[in-house]
Amino acid sequence: MKGIHHKVLLFAMGMAVLLCASFAQAQEKALILATTTSTQDSGLLDVLIPVFEKKTGYFVKTIAVGSGQAMTMGQKGEADVLLVHSPAAEKKFVEEGYGVNRRLVMHNDFIIAGPAEDPAQIRGMKSALEAMKKIASAKGLFVSRGDNSGTHAKEKSIWKQANLKYEGEKWYQETGAGMGQTLNVAAEKKGYTLTDRATYLALKKNLKLDILVEGDAILLNIYHVIEVNPAKWKKVNAKGAKAFADFMVSKETQDIIKTFGVDKFGAPLFFPDAGKKVEELGK
Amino acid sequence: MDLIFEGIKKAFVLLVTLDPEVMGVTFLSLKVSVTATLISLVLGVSVGVALALARFPGRRVLVSLINTGMALPPVVVGLFVTIFLWRNGPFGFLGILYTPLAMIIAQAVIATPIVMGISLAAVQQLPEKLQLQILALGATRLQMVWILVKEARLSLLAAVMAGFGGVISEVGASMMVGGNIKGYSRVLTTATVMETGRGNFDVAIALSIILLLLAYLITLALTQVQQKERPR
Repeated sequence: MKGIHHKVLLFAMGMAVLLCASFAQAQEKALILATTTSTQDSGLLDVLIPVFEKKTGYFVKTIAVGSGQAMTMGQKGEADVLLVHSPAAEKKFVEEGYGVNRRLVMHNDFIIAGPAEDPAQIRGMKSALEAMKKIASAKGLFVSRGDNSGTHAKEKSIWKQANLKYEGEKWYQETGAGMGQTLNVAAEKKGYTLTDRATYLALKKNLKLDILVEGDAILLNIYHVIEVNPAKWKKVNAKGAKAFADFMVSKETQDIIKTFGVDKFGAPLFFPDAGKKVEELGK
Repeated sequence: MDLIFEGIKKAFVLLVTLDPEVMGVTFLSLKVSVTATLISLVLGVSVGVALALARFPGRRVLVSLINTGMALPPVVVGLFVTIFLWRNGPFGFLGILYTPLAMIIAQAVIATPIVMGISLAAVQQLPEKLQLQILALGATRLQMVWILVKEARLSLLAAVMAGFGGVISEVGASMMVGGNIKGYSRVLTTATVMETGRGNFDVAIALSIILLLLAYLITLALTQVQQKERPR
């Protein structure tokens, strides 16, 4: 009995060492991309990542979290490259030396969605600021993501620009959840919410919410790719990060982005912008 | 209600057409949770039985710690395992964060105290004189332990089923240490949360049904072993 026990133990230990070795070796070609849930949910990455992997041989680990968490991962060197859409926080991230080569990739837009009945009467308004003011004063229910995501950051910036108090107000509710979930909550409670167009279109069929306000420049949702600064963290896969960032702004990829979503939704979900200046967008 | 019917229909379609993504996710769930349960079986039963038969100062404190381990929140385990496996953390050099291996480790940490605690109770419950009887009949210590394990078979298998149940259903730790990466570390539970978050309720319900089926089949097999009548 004892002899077999020893052999089994040795075998198990050998397997364990082999397993760890094989995993460690795979790491040079592994790249951690921290991105947002809305980017992942749009399905764009499901198309782009395989193209990149095939072209370069890297294995991309796409970790989809809120923009806030993605940037914290970058700050801690736990990600190699970020694809996020929270410009103010991104600028701070780069200024503080955590990120390098911040490059514009694409944009889409946010819309204010709400119940067909539209109690706050904002349908068709041109100014998002004015629309949000009306929601606040009419005390129509507003459902926020409340999760430090790019969408949440945009929403907060609009409240701030309009000088409106929303924290703790009875008409303001935070789900702390992703966009899809938040849209469902808003639809159930007949409330208004700020959403990116892509997620709205993806759920439109079963969602009882209408697009009420769109097209205002402030509603632009702008995506940048940022490489995590290898000078701050030795373990960052800088080569892989650069390869991915270069890939995202390459003509080939930008063309894929241009037509993504047209067959499913009749309109593209994103607008490719590599090489442009942010000020030019939406004009 | 029709949402649930939609879900059942979708589950049926996904299974019958052997949808590759769903199959992949299901097999990974199986692989990760079964491996974790096996690890917890080896560690949990061996330590649980040893502790049940041993007497030493501080034993009760150790037992209470194990029992507390049964109530360990999986998401807390996930958080701590993540912190340990972070690149810049103590075990970062292994480079196993966001891999199925990390998920197996986290799930083993969750399941082991469960299996250990119940095994401990299962064997400690056996009549004290039984040990002496078996030894008196000429058994070696090892043979005695094996016979006691067989005596406590019902409860020990319940322990394994509890451990398995705890990890096949777990989502917080798997999400954190696995990263829910498509085709690589996505399992049924993390996929369900993701689809729910996206608002794809029919897919989420379909995945839930498949998960329940999987859990049922494995538990059925274990129950058969547990309830098997001993040859008289």
